[in-house]
This record gives sequence, C-alpha cells and structure tokens, in this order.
Amino acid sequence: MTQLLEVIDLVKTYKTVEAVKGVSFSVAEGSCFGLLGPNGAGKTTTIEVIENVISPTSGTILYKGKPRDASFSEEVGIQFQETTLLAYMSVRETLKTFKNLYEESADLDSLIERCHLEDFQHQYNDRISGGQKQRFLLALALVNQPALLFLDEPSTGLDPQARQNLWQIVQQIKAEGKTIILTTHYMEEAEYLCDEIAIMDDGRLIAQGTPEELIRKHGGEKSISLPGTVLEGKLESLPFQARHQQDRIELLTDDVNSCIQTLIHKEIDLGDLNVNVQNLESVFLNLTGRQLRE
Amino acid sequence: MNFKRLWAIFRARNHEFFRDRAAFGWNFVFPFLIVGGFVIVFGSDSRNQYKVGVFPAQAETVIADMADIPQRFRETQYLQFVGFENQDEGLRRLNHHKVDFLVKAGSPRNEYWVSETSPRGYIVEQLFKLSLVAPEQLTPTERRKIQGVEIRYVDWLFPGILAMNMMFSALYGVGYTVVRYRKNGVLKRLKATPLSAYEYLSAQMLSRIFLLMFTTVIVWFGCDLVFSFRTVGSYFNIFLIFFLGSLSLTSLGLILASRGTSEEFTSGILNFISWPMMFLSEVWFSLEGAPEWIRTISKAFPLTHMLTATRKVMNDGASLADVSTEMGALLLMTTVCLVIGASLFSWNR
Repeated sequence: MTQLLEVIDLVKTYKTVEAVKGVSFSVAEGSCFGLLGPNGAGKTTTIEVIENVISPTSGTILYKGKPRDASFSEEVGIQFQETTLLAYMSVRETLKTFKNLYEESADLDSLIERCHLEDFQHQYNDRISGGQKQRFLLALALVNQPALLFLDEPSTGLDPQARQNLWQIVQQIKAEGKTIILTTHYMEEAEYLCDEIAIMDDGRLIAQGTPEELIRKHGGEKSISLPGTVLEGKLESLPFQARHQQDRIELLTDDVNSCIQTLIHKEIDLGDLNVNVQNLESVFLNLTGRQLRE
Repeated sequence: MNFKRLWAIFRARNHEFFRDRAAFGWNFVFPFLIVGGFVIVFGSDSRNQYKVGVFPAQAETVIADMADIPQRFRETQYLQFVGFENQDEGLRRLNHHKVDFLVKAGSPRNEYWVSETSPRGYIVEQLFKLSLVAPEQLTPTERRKIQGVEIRYVDWLFPGILAMNMMFSALYGVGYTVVRYRKNGVLKRLKATPLSAYEYLSAQMLSRIFLLMFTTVIVWFGCDLVFSFRTVGSYFNIFLIFFLGSLSLTSLGLILASRGTSEEFTSGILNFISWPMMFLSEVWFSLEGAPEWIRTISKAFPLTHMLTATRKVMNDGASLADVSTEMGALLLMTTVCLVIGASLFSWNR
C-alpha cells in the first residue's frame, strides 16, 4: 500500500520541555491511523506539527513522498480538539466562508446533509449543542474534500448515541478511500475505526501495529479468575499456572474453553468466574502502566 | 494574493461588526453624543467666559444686585457674574477656582479678591482695574476687523472628534480583535487553511477601513444635519484624507495585533498609545505655543497629520496639494507600520 504520509525522527521542543522526542511512523493511503496516548504524551503536538500548525524543532515530514508545500493545506482537513470560530456567523455561513478559502470544495448542501446539520444550519455557531458542534467541526474539516483528514479527539464529550452517529460518518469517509489520522481516548473507538495504531508515551512512540498485532504482542496473557475460597485445596490438582490477586486467583491459559472444561470436570463452582480477555485497554495498560486519561 | 479568500474573510469580519448590535450602535452614538455635548457646552457664548463672583446677592443671577459694581466692568464682554449671599461663600468658591474673581457690591466700593495662583484671575483683575480708568485717559487705539468668516470652536473640534473615534475603532478593531482571535484559537483554525497571513491581514485592514469610512460618513452627515457645520473645502478631499488616516491607524493596529496573546496587556498598550495620541494630536486643543519637543512628538502620530489636513480642508478650503505634506506623512507611516506588522505577525500563541 502506498504511504501517504511519512514522519521521520520528529522532535518538538518548547524552551526546556521536549514534547516530542524523535517520533517516526508512516500512514498508508486510504487507512485510518490512530494515535493513542495518555494526556501529555505528545500526541496533539505531533498531530499539530504534521498539520503544519506549529513548526517542528527537527525532523522530516513527507506528504506523497515530498516535503509539504502550499498544496498540503489544500488537501488536508482538520478537526481540532478545541476550536473557536468566527463570531456572529451561522453554521451555514461559516461553512461557506471556509469553503471559499479553498480552490476545490464540497457541495454545501450535500455536506450539511452528510453531517446532519440541516436542523441548525441557520443558528449562530456558538449557540449549538456539544454533539451538534462536533458534527459541524467535522463538516468544516470536510469542506475541501480532503485526501487526508485529521480528527483530534472528535468524540470527546459526546453521549453514546452522538458518538455512534459520528463513528458512522467517519466509517463512510473511510469507505470513500480517504486517509484519516485520529487521536482518541476511547479504546473502543480506536478498535472500531483504526486500521493501524501507534501508542505514544512521554513524547515517544512505544508501539505500533494493527489492533490485532498490538493485542497479540502486548495484550498480556489470557486468564480466568475465581474467588480464592472456591479454589481452596484444589489448586495443586489444576494444570494451570496461578497468580494470587487479593481475594481472587487468576489461572493463566492460552485456551479458555479447555480451562473452563477442566474446572467443570473438577466440579468447581463457576458462579463468580471472570474471563480476562486481551484488548487495546490491556495493551495500553501493559505498555504505559497508566490509564488512558491519566 | 487570492481575492476569493480575502473577500471571504472581509465579509466574515463585516458580518461580525454589523451583527454585534451594541458595538455597532455605539460606533455611531458615541461621536454624535460627544459632538452634541460640545455644541451645547461651547455653542453659546459661554466659551472662554471669565466668572466673577459678586456678594452680597440674592440669587445666582445677579443682574439686579450689580448696581454698585463699576458700570464699565459690568458691561465688559465675556464676563459671567455669579451671585453669593455672603463673603465666606464667595471666598470658598474662589479658593476652589469655581470663580476667577470675587468683588463686593456696595460700599466700600471696588473691594475685590483674587487668587494669586490663577492666571484667569489676573486677567479679570486687569479688566477690573482698567474699567476704573476714565476712557479719555487711555491711549487711543484703532480697531480693525479680520477678513473672512469666523470659525466656531465646534467647527474646529468636529473633525477631531471623528478622528478620535476612528483612532479608537482602528486600534481596538484590529489590534485587540486579532489578539482575542489568537488567544481563543480562531487564528489557529484559519492557519490550517490555505489562507495566507498577508491575505488575512489585508482582509482585516480593508474590513476595518470600510467600516470606519462607513460610520464616519454617516456620523459626519448626521451631525452636519443637526448641528450645521461649516465646510469650506471639498468633501472628496476630506474623504481621501480620512481614508489615508484610517489606513495609517489600522496599520498601527496591525503592529499591536502581530504578536500579543494577552487581551489585558494589549488593552494597556492600546491605552498607552491612544491617550497620548489623543492629547498631543490637537483633538481637543491646539498645541500652538507648546514646547518644541511636544510638537515634535505630536508629529510622530498619524492622527496629528490626519487632523491638520482635515482642518485645513474643512476650515480653510485647502486643496490636496496644500495638504500633500500631511498626506505624504500618512502614506509613509502606513508603509512603515505595514512592513513591521506583517513581518512580526504570528498565527500562533
């Protein structure tokens, strides 16, 4: 697959603080690339340097194999984490203003329909709800029909329904073959939308791969946990490695089904059984030792 | 330069101005109120009147109680007589410079009080003494009238009020607004588009100049309709000078807008620039006779050149050639400020 964007040894320093410490990755054309990390990991700085909003201290960024030029801003769409827009302008007027800043742009009515802005398109842009604002900002990012779309925490603060709604729109954009770079706090969002994920911590990239690869490599062991009282006196007869965790005992296994079969055979009470599966959350915890929002 | 982008930002900024009803209204009401206030205060004969306290008197209008004051002093023009019941009250007012001179009616005749530190009091004292000298004892003089039409103070002041309004609107409308946009992230969002800094700043400037000229023309004709100002020169010339002046003032605003991120700090800097400019550019009073260094400083302000040129056209009917020095100074200041502002400009915090 052709690489649309390549970031090579990117460094960004603010006076004495090194926010990004030599990050390198590439993004394939038509893919959705997720950048995850706890707060302060440097992901927004990385994204904003790539977007050309702030300048890098050092490093190289190639777009379509070449350094970014004037055409870059024509071809990218950006949804910032927080944006204040021009005052006393309606949603439609703001979209029209931004549309006129580009050489090529989307049809306004189609864009409004696609992002479900019809009901509030004539309201001033500072008088709409949080969910409406996120959809509006997404429309603003799509106004120039970008080849590369940056979404910086697009669903933060949205209720589950509004988030699902937003995911559907992003899925449609993906289906059109557009490349997306997404930062998010939501693991399920990253798993649902991203083809490839990079995890950042303390200004560095600590892992990269498809969600499946990351889970396989860094998701830890599968296990089944039961209250310690249930396994009292029976642990020695079980063919599993055990790990004590407070009042529970974790049985490590690669084959959950066969483990459960063995426990049934030994007539062990499974009423309070937990299956600990590998997922992005566990990948993240294993790699950073922190919750995502820390 | 892409004119489609420039036009889009120009329109957006104009929308903001016209839809912010309170700010929009104030831009018209403020100069109108100031001019109206000055017409009321200085429109009658009250300007430059010296105030003479008279006691004892029954009321503040003392015409009936002035019989014992020398007749020629009583009849002197530009003296306003204010009555006080007793000496203590009169002295208290004199002490606080509420009146320039205090005279006792009745006997003993010609008894008066004056503050040693008051120049106005000294003038009135000389008038009082002169009124006691018989006319035949004075050296003969010959009085001649000046040619032409007299310029009222409000006619002189009016362009100053408009120019002051333009100055505040230009400096705050560009300087303060762009700093606010930088602080709240509007500039960051615009930077992510193909819009160049040059296009953005040009749109900001053109929008502000358009709004300044729009409000100034309306306020000018509105005030003229109500207060009937006397304009000797060409309206087109005045328009051209105001256009150049607004260009120069918005360019100055651009320098303030180029880097700042703190609205409070920018507001302080704007005050630091606008207040001396207002007082040293002859908006309210002439600098004739002021020390040379003050007059030199005043020439560094675009408002000085704009006002000098406007007054020459409005009051003396000067042509564009007559005000070419001032217009040249405005053009030069515009160029310098534009170069500095554009080279310092940053989208980010």
